[in-house]
Amino acid sequence: MSDNTIERAAPAPLAIGTLLATLLLAAALIALPFAVQALGQPALVPLASRVLIYAIAAASLNLALGFGGMVSFGHAAFFGVGGYVVGILYQSYAGDEPFLGLIPGTDQLLITLPAAILVAGLLALVIGALSLRTSGVQFIMITLAFAQMLFFLFVSLKVYGGDDGMTIRRRNALFGLNTRDDATFYFICLAVAALVFLLFWRIVRSRFGLVLAGIRQNERRMAAIGIAPYRYKLAAFVISGMGAGLAGALMANYMRFVSPDMLHWTKSGELMIMVILGGVGTLLGPLLGAAALMTLETVLTSWTEHWQLVLGPVLLLVVLFTQGGLNGLLARLRPGRSAR
Amino acid sequence: MTLVLEQLLNGLQFGVMLFLLAAGLTLIFGIMGVINLAHGSLYMVGAYGAAFVAAETGSVVLAILGGLAAAAIAGMAMELVVLRRLYARDHLDQVLATFALILIFNQGVTILFGRQPLFVSVPPALNGSVQILPGLAYPVYRLAIIAVGLLVALGLYLLINRTRIGMLVRAGATHREMVRALGVDIRLLYTAVFGLGALLAGLAGLMAGPILAVQVGMGEQILITTFVVVVIGGVGSIRGAFFGALIVGLVDTSLRAFLPGLLRHAMTGSEADALAAGLSSMGIYLLMAVVLLVRPKGLFPAHV
Repeated sequence: MSDNTIERAAPAPLAIGTLLATLLLAAALIALPFAVQALGQPALVPLASRVLIYAIAAASLNLALGFGGMVSFGHAAFFGVGGYVVGILYQSYAGDEPFLGLIPGTDQLLITLPAAILVAGLLALVIGALSLRTSGVQFIMITLAFAQMLFFLFVSLKVYGGDDGMTIRRRNALFGLNTRDDATFYFICLAVAALVFLLFWRIVRSRFGLVLAGIRQNERRMAAIGIAPYRYKLAAFVISGMGAGLAGALMANYMRFVSPDMLHWTKSGELMIMVILGGVGTLLGPLLGAAALMTLETVLTSWTEHWQLVLGPVLLLVVLFTQGGLNGLLARLRPGRSAR
Repeated sequence: MTLVLEQLLNGLQFGVMLFLLAAGLTLIFGIMGVINLAHGSLYMVGAYGAAFVAAETGSVVLAILGGLAAAAIAGMAMELVVLRRLYARDHLDQVLATFALILIFNQGVTILFGRQPLFVSVPPALNGSVQILPGLAYPVYRLAIIAVGLLVALGLYLLINRTRIGMLVRAGATHREMVRALGVDIRLLYTAVFGLGALLAGLAGLMAGPILAVQVGMGEQILITTFVVVVIGGVGSIRGAFFGALIVGLVDTSLRAFLPGLLRHAMTGSEADALAAGLSSMGIYLLMAVVLLVRPKGLFPAHV
């Protein structure tokens, strides 16, 4: 990473303004389904759920990429595998056939989500342990390679639908709730997202987070003061993969469908775009980025079939001129405060 | 035996195509430090340029010139307008910006030519096949691709190692700042190298036209494979790109050709085919992962 990211390192003490803004954001997110209902736009609720799910995935990527300085181009692997955990468990449950003859299927969200997190975490442990032996472009490419391997693996697994993917007939159950209902599912996503963001906020401010920031800025210096960078980076990578797996599991529930598309490298690119669009190495940046990209996509597709022709230049302008994504832009627009 | 030879030739043909793309990509990375995801778009532009001119004029020579010119112009425009501003930025910004360029190129081409793939016929002079061995007839066009690829490799070798421009390129790859300090117009050099890379990508694209369908998205498919080549060979090294391309071409082609047959011994036909297709697509990525784990800088690192 270049030097200009160094300044973002130290987490500032929680100011009253930030606290207020966060509370305001939380209130807005809770009020959203009721507000759009009142405005007669109920179709916005599923869009908001999607934004939240992608925000979780992007925030997880951001932990590795922004805070840890590990540019992973293969996070779609964890995202997709999380989705497939839900799909496969549901298929075993519906067909009453244990997975691999051992693990019984289930449709309980409280089991599928932790299972997805666990599987994605184990996968991230393996991929991370190998990939972190390289750095720079090689790291970008080796993570991409692992993701592509999994993509082709799932394409070739006919049992799980191969190229066509697999349908999940019903969303996972959570207590007695009707998860089919858009607003209910939105609140589930919101609760999970809130937990994830809270956790990441704690992580970044913890000793672990500081060490991670230190490693990003100068790995050799951290090694010199007696910290083994590899273990910290690997831990961050695993947490990041777990988060992406969780998001994938939610996404599979949201779409009631899993396909190798979730593992494709363009998905990794999309997650990366969200992170960069929102602001690398900032806590709420991924949420902003996910919201911006999803909104842009929805609005533009309703305008023109060639929406990517508009999205492309918008992304270019963001990269070339904002320096720090939307979050950076907001920070600079804020009165009385110089650009961080 | 003839089957093996035929697949070897196919692998070689795929390999030299990959080399044409990888050479540009690795030069651009080695000298300017830019990860150019839009390199595949230049390949696509070359293919469309040639297909368009061929359909309008019917002349092979004009089609070749048209494809090359389209790719080179698109590449230099890309460098002048966008990438020039990104040299000092980190890889993330470059990845995002060139990803945006892919979107723009793909949509632009969709608007101009539609979503239907274009089909290009093999030039009449290279139509037909030739008897290489008794019982093995091989298409002349594919042999021509191999010949062109090897000639370009030789030309590049001479250009890089025997000329003044090549000397600047090598120097630029090793120590950018020093070259600038010695008074070389580094911006001009960058644009020239980018143009050269684009030209090679365009050449690969226009030669691929008659073999594959010319369609939007053709660039991304081959781009990822090209990255595998560049990383296996060693980033920034032309020699690495050459051997990496041949290895990847041969491995990929032979896995696709022989794996289904092997697997069919063990399971039923359709399942074996599906699994073999998946495994052979995984093959090159597995190869790359192994190479990176054993030699993190690739097989032929540019600067030791």
